[in-house]
Amino acid sequence: MSELPVLRIEGLTVAYRSSKGWLEATRQVSLEVGAGETVGLVGESGSGKSTLALAVMGYLPNGRIQSGRIRFRGQDLLALRREEMRQLWGRQIGLVPQDPLSALNPSLRIGEQLGEGLRLHLGLNKADAAARALRLLEMVHVPDPPRVATSYPHQLSGGMQQRVMIAMAFGLEPALLILDEPTTNLDVTTQAAVLALLEELIAQRQTAVLYVTHNLGVVARICNRVAVLYAGELLETAFTTDLYRQPLHPYTRGLLDSVPQVGQRHASAPLQTIPGQIPSLGNRPDGCVFVPRCALATEKCHTERPLLHTPTPTRTSRCHFWQELVASKEWGGTSEAPVVNGQFPISNPQAPISNSSSPLLRLTDVSVTFRKRGWRKGVRAVHEVSLTTARGETLGLVGESGSGKTTLARAIIGLTPRSSGEIELLQLRLPPALSARSRAMRRYVQYVFQNPEEALNPAITIGETLQRPFVTLQGLSRQEAQAAALSLLQAVRLPPEYAQRLPGQLSGGEKQRVAIARAFATNPDLLIADEAVSALDVSVQAAILNLLYELQREHENALLFISHDLAVVGYLADRIAVMVDGQLMEIAPAETLFTPPHHPYTAVLLSAIPNPNPQAQQAPISLADEVGRGASTAIGCPFQGRCPRSLGVLCQTQRPPWRELPGNKRVFCHLPVEEL
Amino acid sequence: MLLPHFAVRKLASTPASALGGTIVLMFLLLALFGPLIAPYGLNEQLYDEARQPPSAAHWFGTDHLGRDVFSRVVLGTRDVLALAGLGTLLAVLSGASLGLLSGYLGGWFDEILMRFFDSLLALPAMLLALLLLGTLGPSASSILLVIAVVYTPIVARVARSVVLAVKSKAYVEAARIQGESLARILFREILPAVLPALAVEASLRFSYAIFLVASLGFLGVGVQPPSPNWGLMVSEARQHVSQLPWMMVYPAGAIALLVIGVNLLADGLKRVIMGNDYL
Repeated sequence: MSELPVLRIEGLTVAYRSSKGWLEATRQVSLEVGAGETVGLVGESGSGKSTLALAVMGYLPNGRIQSGRIRFRGQDLLALRREEMRQLWGRQIGLVPQDPLSALNPSLRIGEQLGEGLRLHLGLNKADAAARALRLLEMVHVPDPPRVATSYPHQLSGGMQQRVMIAMAFGLEPALLILDEPTTNLDVTTQAAVLALLEELIAQRQTAVLYVTHNLGVVARICNRVAVLYAGELLETAFTTDLYRQPLHPYTRGLLDSVPQVGQRHASAPLQTIPGQIPSLGNRPDGCVFVPRCALATEKCHTERPLLHTPTPTRTSRCHFWQELVASKEWGGTSEAPVVNGQFPISNPQAPISNSSSPLLRLTDVSVTFRKRGWRKGVRAVHEVSLTTARGETLGLVGESGSGKTTLARAIIGLTPRSSGEIELLQLRLPPALSARSRAMRRYVQYVFQNPEEALNPAITIGETLQRPFVTLQGLSRQEAQAAALSLLQAVRLPPEYAQRLPGQLSGGEKQRVAIARAFATNPDLLIADEAVSALDVSVQAAILNLLYELQREHENALLFISHDLAVVGYLADRIAVMVDGQLMEIAPAETLFTPPHHPYTAVLLSAIPNPNPQAQQAPISLADEVGRGASTAIGCPFQGRCPRSLGVLCQTQRPPWRELPGNKRVFCHLPVEEL
Repeated sequence: MLLPHFAVRKLASTPASALGGTIVLMFLLLALFGPLIAPYGLNEQLYDEARQPPSAAHWFGTDHLGRDVFSRVVLGTRDVLALAGLGTLLAVLSGASLGLLSGYLGGWFDEILMRFFDSLLALPAMLLALLLLGTLGPSASSILLVIAVVYTPIVARVARSVVLAVKSKAYVEAARIQGESLARILFREILPAVLPALAVEASLRFSYAIFLVASLGFLGVGVQPPSPNWGLMVSEARQHVSQLPWMMVYPAGAIALLVIGVNLLADGLKRVIMGNDYL
């Protein structure tokens, strides 16, 4: 009887009600999760992965299950009454949600919240529950558990909150745990720590885990098996190592190809992109759901829905041509892509790394301090940053949330006026505030925002949005601007009919294309792209990255590319600057940044990135203490509170020197060059 | 148009809003075609038919001067709707502009304007209206001004609160980067986001304005006799209420019916525009 899988989903179809009738969010999905097994459910937004997770939890407020079964240890969950389901929730089936802050009750202390479930399900009394809660907090490696137990959720960092959620989920030792993007909102270093914790707990308890995520690196890191979901259909299931070595569905293959690996450069290994976008629930194609975007599609794929083939007993593929994929030799999966295992081809040495002529952009000791009411000192978001960029160069700026990278970018464009320091563009001093800058200065610098949903005015057509910069900054007439706007649309590979559309009629990737087009309207000398791809699905992200690269080649503008994702930055950038708490830690050419020696922080960052290649995983360097965040001082090193290699008093009291390292690296650290 | 077709259909499908819409529509038709509908003139005195109770000849009866009450109520519709409507329009125009400007600019301008509006709001609307009318003297244009002054701060606050949420959106910042003028940013970039809230607020203000116009007429500081203002008619009927109750019942009923109709419609608008959970 112990052979029974913990979770068994059989042909599950879930539909949501819409004005056009019931729309199927998942179609006949079958999946098994055994004890001690972690199954990754991978998919882009709209793939139905969250629907599936919610269906297992028995929580579908707007949807209904049209067919199929969900069995938990052989028991049909769909046949249970709500009262019986309540016995299972928490006790047998646990959930860790994406956003811990909205899952925790803001008015209860952590200890009470943890104890509540223990008292309810295990019948413990108050004192026992409190003691048990403390042990749970110890189990998830929270520093100073008694203090955390008496804290309110908002007093904890995001990583700490997620640890509390994990403690809560594991506290009742459920047989099945559903993890719904538990690390998506966390910084890479925090993510690495949380993943390590999850791995440890899962291994200890032999929990069956359904891990929902869009991040292929995380899957490679933590999952035994993977199920790939697309437009509500299961396209492929396989053991993680098999899937990454040789995907047997064109979509999986495309997905793996469109994620840059750490150290992969556009110049040497451009990303393959998947054309088009995921179909909406209402207009799924007949035949294969992936057919409009598939390079291998034939007549058969358009008319006939592929079955779920089983190439080997342990894997499935919903592709007519899986046999051809097995046979195809020219593609062997990401593990044979040109960049792996720390060997990075150093390509085109003539790339403009830093040319002798005067730089295009020069920042000298730029600081930004936010003054808040009632705060005497203000919050220092950026502290004495000095940087230069040359024409045609891509400067990557990496840092975790709160590191000040966006504030620095906004100070350059003038949206957030700097408090001190100089910004020169083409040897012209830019005033701090945008309103004080001339038209010419505004033409020189343009900006692409993070969230394409907010970057375009929902009430203004694409055509009008694209015409405006020509009218306001170039002084063109309406007719000229109209023509120019159309050619811009073409430049970002969008059809001219889009000029008449409103942003609501475009997908996220298309909106970002329009936002990029608007930024290129004035032919800027410097383009700032602030997390321009982080809100997009992976298959769309690659196309936008390649577009930015191509447009930059054409216009020879400098690109300041900001991202929290080191792999993405490394893909585009010629040089990379790493920021911690408003200060620069390291500047290095992209070719050498990924190879040692590193600044201690860069080393931590690099080790924390989950590699989308199960064979190339490395153990993340753990940070000294998560609590030290944000307590940086003007004296000393901003990273010293968390640095695994801190020298103690020296790092606390003296500002580190800038040291030159081989490979044109510059690091801001007390450690002598030989020890880095 | 402020309201797309689907919104109109959604409004019509709710019984309360449909009723409100019908009532408002009826009064609008009365205002437009009043002279065609009313059987008698505004001040036409039927000397031998004075003080008649409601009958087939005089639906709402006649008053102490022999005027047909039904005709006067019908002909008075235009007066109330025009004053309240134009006054509301003025208040919405000035309130929206000031709210947009104040919310977007922020800083000292915002601080001073909002504190000034706070002090206006601290006075009861009626007191403020009486004060203003006492200074300006009763006339149609001063009533319009009174409505505008009383309701501008309220509309401005609503507009400002939406601006505060919208002005930090990337598309507004993008417009700033593109060097757009202040007027373009306020009216082309931000205003569309404010319109839904403005439409709801305008419909609410309209119902209050009707009440205000009638109340001022009743107190005798608004439109002067022999105008058929409903409030004025109620006031005139006071001395005769024991013998000629219909003189008071019908104009008062008209006020109540119109205000209820506008309110029902406003509630429906709010539901359609802001979603069910707003209220």
